[in-house]
Parts: sequence; structure tokens; C-alpha cells
Amino acid sequence: MMDRYTKLQLVGIYAALAVFLTFILLPFFEMFMASLRPLEHLFRSPYQFWSDDFSLQAYKDMWVTVPLLGRYIFNSIFIATSVTVITMVFVVPAAYAYARLEFPFKNISLGIFLGVNMFTGAVLLIPLYRVLRTMGLLNTYWAMIVPGVAFLIPTGIWLLRSYLEKIPRELEEAAFVDGASRMYTLRRVVLPLAVPGLIVVSVAVFIGAYAQQFLFAITFNQTRELQPLPAGLFEFIGYQSVTWNEMMAAALVGVLPVMLIFLFLQKYLVAGLTAGAVKE
Amino acid sequence: MADLSAQASQPAANTRKRAMSENLFGWLLVAPAMIFIAVIVAWPLTETIRLSFMDAGLGGEEFIGLENYQDLADSRKFHQTVIRTFYWMFLSVGIKLIMGLIGATLLNAAIPGRALFRVLVMPPWVIPVAIGCIGWLWLYNGYFGVLSGVMMKLGITDGPFEFLAYKSSAFYSAVVTDVWVGTPMVTLFFLAAMQGVSRDLYEAAWVDGAGRWYRFRRITIPQIMPVIVSMALLSAIFTFNSFEIIWILTEGGPRSATTTLIIDTYKVAIGNYKFGEGAARAVVIVVLLAVFSLIYLFFLNKINKRYGAK
Repeated sequence: MMDRYTKLQLVGIYAALAVFLTFILLPFFEMFMASLRPLEHLFRSPYQFWSDDFSLQAYKDMWVTVPLLGRYIFNSIFIATSVTVITMVFVVPAAYAYARLEFPFKNISLGIFLGVNMFTGAVLLIPLYRVLRTMGLLNTYWAMIVPGVAFLIPTGIWLLRSYLEKIPRELEEAAFVDGASRMYTLRRVVLPLAVPGLIVVSVAVFIGAYAQQFLFAITFNQTRELQPLPAGLFEFIGYQSVTWNEMMAAALVGVLPVMLIFLFLQKYLVAGLTAGAVKE
Repeated sequence: MADLSAQASQPAANTRKRAMSENLFGWLLVAPAMIFIAVIVAWPLTETIRLSFMDAGLGGEEFIGLENYQDLADSRKFHQTVIRTFYWMFLSVGIKLIMGLIGATLLNAAIPGRALFRVLVMPPWVIPVAIGCIGWLWLYNGYFGVLSGVMMKLGITDGPFEFLAYKSSAFYSAVVTDVWVGTPMVTLFFLAAMQGVSRDLYEAAWVDGAGRWYRFRRITIPQIMPVIVSMALLSAIFTFNSFEIIWILTEGGPRSATTTLIIDTYKVAIGNYKFGEGAARAVVIVVLLAVFSLIYLFFLNKINKRYGAK
């Protein structure tokens, strides 16, 4: 009753949604359209909304124009996966400690972690460059993985902590009473229960890691073979004659992995990420 | 804390021993992450502060005291950059919050197809920012982009309009793209908050004859206020630090029209190898953001008290 809309209201809501979604999806739609048009058509002016010569040729040619395209996509996935695994190794114990244990400086140290979110890599680039150089990590995968991990640890701790807090304590306490050590309880009792949360946080970290590669890549890595997709494509855009249709095709293919992961897991992901916004 | 009090009845020695081991265990679990952050974030931060007092470049370092800061204080160009950055931040965050509220309200309406619409809002958030910006680069193109094409068809412009070629159109184009990148996250969090508002409140108001607009203003907004204010701060920090969008669209041009503090810092430090001058700019960014956040949190506290939220 309360939720019933009049016809006019419904039309209004759908119209407003259409405008909203057009804004959100327009770039994707245009990228897709551009990828379907032959290059000589793309440069026809004035702008034509419909073409009669759509083809998938660009999706074939792009592998020749951007010879390292496959490598870029692999690099992006490889870097994001490594960042995710390493981040989780740091995040899981810390998140558990913040969710369950009492120790000195608990709140202060958590505050420090969250304060890291205030900085982007851009503020720290100069010394970070030197740190990585000292460690001999410049122009390696590590140059992109290490800073990536550092900037995702705080978010990871924050998200996983709120998940762990929702797991009932009784099971852990039962294990303690039975004489299990803390480490054993963490590994055999808490972690199995936290699997859904671990998946949500890992996927969130993966998406973050996939998204944030650009700055670290263009600053810390000069080796073309190691570039992730955004940095690899950006290089081509600087060229004199940009084969836009192929760039768009490559960009769309490059985001396919994250889009697929996201589509499969979106329900859990959104619920997990926004958990903090919902009142208990 | 709960389990400490539960153990109060146990022998004191046992409790103390357990608290000891908990202290140690807690720090053992947190230490790896802490050390990692210390090396990759905290140490570079102190280095940045140190470098800001140096004349540092590829050649070496020399202590020059406050000269870098003095230069910034004297530079009219830098003042403009600071003002531009705050303008960029307030404008973009303001639009994102309004868009987020509208979007979340629409997606929260009980209409057929809303599950699908909710998914369709998210792609800009999921994909790498840099890739989305390549798409916008194409949209803004005067000759081949759809925006200029539509404007020509409608007769708004005679010829092709290059969005990124003029000072103010480049700036506002960058704002639009930044809004595009940031809106999905804001929308999603607002939506989650709206779903958490108790239906009883709406029903009680509805029974009393309150209209939709009234319920939105008097129930929805106050109920989700804590989320609105924390999202505002979060997205202010993101927007202030936003690098990729501007870098890919304009690299700070034309004629510095889109140069925010982050872009300026990057250009000076990484582009021109003026590490000392760059570091001073980085410190200014950190200080400005910290001051802004503190002022903001002060008001946040007041708002939360007023609405009785946690």
C-alpha cells in the first residue's frame, strides 16, 4: 500500500533511472560502439550515430597493433592476484586481533592503519621510489605489488574485522575450554567459519588491486613487458595515430575479468562492503 | 572486554597470565601488517618531511631550511592551485552526494527490475579508473565523440567542440568524469543505509498521512545522516587525492586549468626531478587534508550528537 506508486510516479521513476543509468553506462556503450566501427569510419566527421559497417575486426587486429596486449592483461591479473594473496596474509591475523583480542594501544594502532587511507601513493612517491630502488625492486613486478599491498591492508583489516565481529564467540570459547591453543583456535575454528567473509574481502581487495595499478606502474616500472593493462594502453594513446577502435576493444576485453568476477559475486560483495553503513 | 569480565571469577593469577598472553598474541598478529605499513608508508612519510627541507634532486641533497615552503607561500600560482583543488573537491563531492542520494532513492523504490538496475550502477566502481578515463577521453573528443556530435546535431555548437581544449570546459569535464567514477560507491552506501532504516518509522508516518517527500526529508535523511557525513569525508579525501582521472584526461592542462595539488606535486617531483620542492608540496597536501578532516570530524561529532546516532 505504502509502496504503491501511481502510473505517473512510475513513469517518473523509470525516466529518472534511465537518465541516471545513461550517465553511468554511456562511456561503456560508446567504447563498445567505437570498437565495432572500422577505423576510417571512426574518423568520419560530423559524428554519425549509426553505422552500417559494424564489425568485430578490431577485436582481431588489436592483438597485432598492441603486440603485448595478452601480456598486459596477464600482468594485470597476476599483479592483482599477488597483491590480494599477500594482503590477506597480513590482514587475516590483524583483523582477528582487532575483532577479538584486547591488547595495549589497540585503538590507537587501528587508527593509524585507517589513517593510511588519507594518503594516496602520489604523496609518498619520491621516498617510495627510493625505498624500492634500495631494495632493488624497481622495474619488477614487486615495484607494483609492494605499494599495492600497503595501501590495501587498512581497508582489508577494516572490512574483515567487522565481519569477524559478527561470528559468535561461543565456539572459540568452547575450543579454549577444551584446551586448544589460540593459534589452533584461529586456524581450525575461526577461519573456517569466516570463509564467506574472507571471500568478500579478498574480492574487494582484488578489485582494488586491479583498479589502482596505474600510478605505481607508470612511476615505478619502465619495463614494458611487465606493464599492467591500463598503463600499457595509456602508452599507446600518446602515439600520433591512435587506432581508437582497437584501443576500445582492448580496454573492454581487459576489464572483462573483473567484470565477470564482480557479476558472479556482486550480491555478497555489496552486502559485505556496505555492512558498516547499515545499522545493526 | 566481554570475556575479560567473564573470567573475573577465576583465580586472579590465571586471569593475569591469560591477559599477558592475550597482549602478546594480539601484538604478534598485528605486528606483520604494522611493520609492512611502517616500511612502505610511515617511513616514506617521514622521508618526505625531511626532503621538504632540502634542495634535493638527482644530483644530491642540501639543507635549505624552510626555503621550499617560503617559495610556495610566495607563489601566486601555487595559491591558485590550492584554491582550485578545494573548488574541485567541494564541487565534485557535492555533486556526488546529490547524485548518490537521487540514485539511491531511485534504486530503493519498490519497482520491477530494481535488482538489475542496482547491478548496472556499479561498473564505473569496479573497473580500473584508468580504463574508464580512456572511454571519457573518447567521449570528449570534438570530432569523433558523441557529446560534441549531439551538440552539433542540436545546433548548440556550429563545429566540433573539443571539451578538453579550453580551460573551463576541461576543468568541468574532469569534474564530470570524477563524479562518474565516484557516484556508484556513494550511491551504493546510501542505498545500503536506506535499506537499514526501519519500516515501522515509514509506516507510522504513512498512517499519519505523511507524503513521500515529507517522509524522505523527515525520516530517510535524518536516519542515514551518519552515513552521509562519513561518505562525504571519505569521498572528499578521495577526490582531493584524485590523480589518474586528471592525468589521463589532461595531464593538468590546458594552461594549468586542471592542475590540482596532487597533479602539481607529481609534475614537480617525478616530472622535473625536483624532489625537495615536490616533498614540500606533498607535506602541504597532508597538512591540508589533516586539518580539513579534523574540522570536519568536529562538526561530524556535533551532527551525530544532534541526531542521537552513535
